[in-house]
Amino acid sequence: MSRITQLLRFLRHNPRITTGFAILGCMLLLWVVGMATIGTSKAVPLSGPPDLEPSARYLLGTDSAGRQLLPVIIAGMPLTLEVGLLAGGVGLLIGALLGFTAGYFGGPLDTLIRTAADVMLPIPALAVLVVIASTIHTLLSVEVMALVVASLAWMYPTRTIRSQVLSIRTRAYVEVGRFSGESHLDIIFGELVPNLLPFLAASFVGAVGAGILAAIGLEALGLGPQDKPTLGMTIFWAIYYGATLRGMWWWWGPPIVVLILLFMALFSIAQGLDRYTNPRLRRAG
Amino acid sequence: MSAAYVVRRVLLFFVVVWAATTFIFFLPKMAPGRNPVMERIGMMVATGGVNTGGLQQMVEAYQKKFGLDKPLWEQYLTYLSDISHLDFGYSLMLYPTKVVDVIWTAMPWTIGLLSVATLIAFALGTILGGLLAWPRAPRLIQYLLPPLFTFSVVPYYLLKLILAYILAFRLRIFPMSGSSQYGVVGSFSLGFALDVLYHSILPALSIVLASVGFWALGMRAMMVSISGEDYMLFAEAKGLRSKRIFRGYGMRNALLPQTTTLALSLGTILSGALLVEIVFGYAGMGAVLFRAVTAFDYFTIYGVVFFIIVGVAFATLVLDLTYPLLDPRIRYQKN
Repeated sequence: MSRITQLLRFLRHNPRITTGFAILGCMLLLWVVGMATIGTSKAVPLSGPPDLEPSARYLLGTDSAGRQLLPVIIAGMPLTLEVGLLAGGVGLLIGALLGFTAGYFGGPLDTLIRTAADVMLPIPALAVLVVIASTIHTLLSVEVMALVVASLAWMYPTRTIRSQVLSIRTRAYVEVGRFSGESHLDIIFGELVPNLLPFLAASFVGAVGAGILAAIGLEALGLGPQDKPTLGMTIFWAIYYGATLRGMWWWWGPPIVVLILLFMALFSIAQGLDRYTNPRLRRAG
Repeated sequence: MSAAYVVRRVLLFFVVVWAATTFIFFLPKMAPGRNPVMERIGMMVATGGVNTGGLQQMVEAYQKKFGLDKPLWEQYLTYLSDISHLDFGYSLMLYPTKVVDVIWTAMPWTIGLLSVATLIAFALGTILGGLLAWPRAPRLIQYLLPPLFTFSVVPYYLLKLILAYILAFRLRIFPMSGSSQYGVVGSFSLGFALDVLYHSILPALSIVLASVGFWALGMRAMMVSISGEDYMLFAEAKGLRSKRIFRGYGMRNALLPQTTTLALSLGTILSGALLVEIVFGYAGMGAVLFRAVTAFDYFTIYGVVFFIIVGVAFATLVLDLTYPLLDPRIRYQKN
């Protein structure tokens, strides 16, 4: 019981985190209801007449290929989230590995990792992603795309985690661990990681958001998985068939609304976690 | 600013450019057991139609240049020397045109749109963010916070779709797409300049609206943490005028991390702007990239990507070199 009151207190004191999770929760609820009542079987072409406005029968209308757009949204939401979680997770994992190695051990390894991150950082990820995605285009599944995005998502986490590790590795409790004969791994996982957990959580949320953003960008270029109705591919088809010129707001509108809600939720959670770890920021309200 | 810093910084620029070139050379070669470029050319020849003879010549030229008879390192060196002459070969979709020429015509559009929009957004966002955290600013400004927050999470090109629907499709105030009146040849006349300006308002507005919130939120957080500093209290105690404290003590100091963020996010800004161009059919690099990707015109893709990377690296270099002018504390000595 006390666990629950603790959680409630945490949520009350961190309104941003609460807001973020509330938005995510509402979206999840809507998705479950949509899955149960409508399903995703009508998200494929020729499931209805083309170019229909929203009506009682076709709730969000249809696109030019005859996909029903409500099922498309229901099918696309988890795909988008999957890419984000996978890309953000893998990117952060690589970043944490490199960041901890560089920050904790220092020396030539640190110089090497830092230089690599510095060289890669100014390279716009989208540009390199376009080269990769257009090369392996026919082999591209949702998972492969997530890994492609992750391959360029580690530099920022590496830099920030490294500087965090640098600042806490000289603290007294780490020194105590070292003098009492703990191994490097014990110190990293016993002393450093637990202390950086809120920071790593904030980095993870940020990385997920960045991953989704990069994936949507690739998809809007038409470089996403061709056979899956991801939200970005829906936007690509809408642009490709001139949906704006034809006033078909029901085509591009709903995916944008879903994406905006998703980004707002992630941004809100990330900011909340930032405030939780850095009390100085709390004054900013 | 020490000479060592400048040298190190310029060196990093060249390393970035070299890394990018190497990427573009090796990445397509990693595709399992195939050569996408040759496949694409083969397909174009097979489907016939346009310029088969020309393509034939191109295949020969291509094979001679990157032929499998030569070892990989030799191919790589040839490639590096070609790139240093800005020779990216011919565009596959616009065959007799060279990739560089396609890029030269597109580049001014992107640079013009992007630099103006980013400067406006950065300046506006920074001032707004400063005022948001300033207790003596008009209360009215506080109401801007929720909309700024909302806009800041929307990718530029998605915001553009919404703006174009409302302002161009419904209200018909601005043109739907394009970068100038269709069919009008560019000239140095006032009419043409106004037309270009008119067409660029909507894409620029999407970029400004979507990024002004980002800068405002960052600046606001910075100003809040600065307002607790001792020197702010000291300025207050000296009886300086509020305006002076705001500008000289608050903004001046909060601006530094803001500039660092600008340097770090140039790549993201450019990616977003390219997608705006695509959604808009604007005549810049983004539109070229989009057409190249849909036509699998690999030479053009590689050329555009190279220019994008060099452009961002160069802009970052310029910002890094001007940073010491903003922050006199920095002497940039080693460690």
